[in-house]
Amino acid sequence: MTAHDHHHDHGHHHHDHDHEASDLSETELRVRALQTILVEKGYADPAALDAIVETYETKIGPHIGARIVARAWTDPVFREALLTDAGKAASPFGYEGVVGDNLVAVENTPDRHNVVVCTLCSCYPWDVLGLPPVWYKSFAYRSRVVKEPRAVLGEFGLALPETTELRVWDSTAEVRYMVLPVRPAGTEGWTEEQLAELVTRDSMIGTGVPASPAERGA
Amino acid sequence: MNGIHDMGGMDGFGPVNPDESGPVFHEKWEGDVMAINRVMGAIGAWNIDQGRYGIEVLPPNLYLTSYYRRWLERFERTIVKYGYADADEIEAGKSLRPGKTPPRPKLTADNLDRVTRRGNFMRTPAAPARFAVGDRVLARNMHPKSHTRLPRYVRGHVGVVERLHGCQVFPDTEAMGQGEHPQWLYTVRFEGTDLWGADSDPTLKVSVEAFEPYLDPA
Repeated sequence: MTAHDHHHDHGHHHHDHDHEASDLSETELRVRALQTILVEKGYADPAALDAIVETYETKIGPHIGARIVARAWTDPVFREALLTDAGKAASPFGYEGVVGDNLVAVENTPDRHNVVVCTLCSCYPWDVLGLPPVWYKSFAYRSRVVKEPRAVLGEFGLALPETTELRVWDSTAEVRYMVLPVRPAGTEGWTEEQLAELVTRDSMIGTGVPASPAERGA
Repeated sequence: MNGIHDMGGMDGFGPVNPDESGPVFHEKWEGDVMAINRVMGAIGAWNIDQGRYGIEVLPPNLYLTSYYRRWLERFERTIVKYGYADADEIEAGKSLRPGKTPPRPKLTADNLDRVTRRGNFMRTPAAPARFAVGDRVLARNMHPKSHTRLPRYVRGHVGVVERLHGCQVFPDTEAMGQGEHPQWLYTVRFEGTDLWGADSDPTLKVSVEAFEPYLDPA
């Protein structure tokens, strides 16, 4: 029992008398206890715990991958390097550290559409796309996209021609995948920065395509 | 193990909800759970394969709750399993005795590269690769009770080696505390119709990453 379990506890769970101890839920109390243990045992500084959360909330995200895609659209030599060895090509794009270890980039074409999944857990290229969206971790996505990808893409509003080959990459080891989507029409002469604005997260997973210039109000 | 985590090809989880993107963390505790898990990886308390196995062995009803709930349940069990805290400390919500000295030092906020940089899983091969790009291979019909990264939906099916990724840490032994035993890693591509039968989308191709011990010549 914890210190704040009060004297007339009838064996109910913490949330039955939260009004006395605090407004924290049972889950929050459990997490807080674990944080306390980690700090007291000297495994981490409290500031490090907060900094990890802040880093994934604000610094690491799909904007990193979007810059990689925009570079590939504007620089044929970089595109070739990315498709040959994405780990090496992507490495300078981190916000401060190296990114792209064990990364593979797969290219969409008018005839072939790539989709990335992890059926066994939720492996995802955190370093170039940030943490995965909820749907990527969902049981529906993980179970179905390897079996009926066209139906799943339809749920994202993506209707591809029936003749477009669907290629699904199940990330079952430490290799990570990002999709190099097709550059939108009507973007001739655009700068890398402008193009990066069109690259959506979903277009780098394969459940979407980049925004069109019209959608971005260009 | 043939656990609930191995979801590829299952039915019944309903449609994917693409709107479930949301903020990085829906509640503060989710970020906090992510951070404490990352700390233990950074100090080397347990490796990524041991962590994944810790989620797979959760009872299915806990597995089916939510992503970060799984991380919390895993954390409470795994920190005890590897001796970095004791069950009475989890119950008490505080440290009751000195911690175990981890392989790597305390995590501080000034060196988060230890958290954000991906691990390096590439190792020097002990023997040449058994298979080459273009080889037909049979995914073994194997059902270990321990950790493996060969999903059920490809077992017993023939695919084609598409890419060789070098020699990498073998999760099947690493997760069980039996060492790295590096193995050649291949992308193996399967035809949708081979995996799912005549009703499969005829354009579908699905690949997994397969370690050499998962494969036989076909």
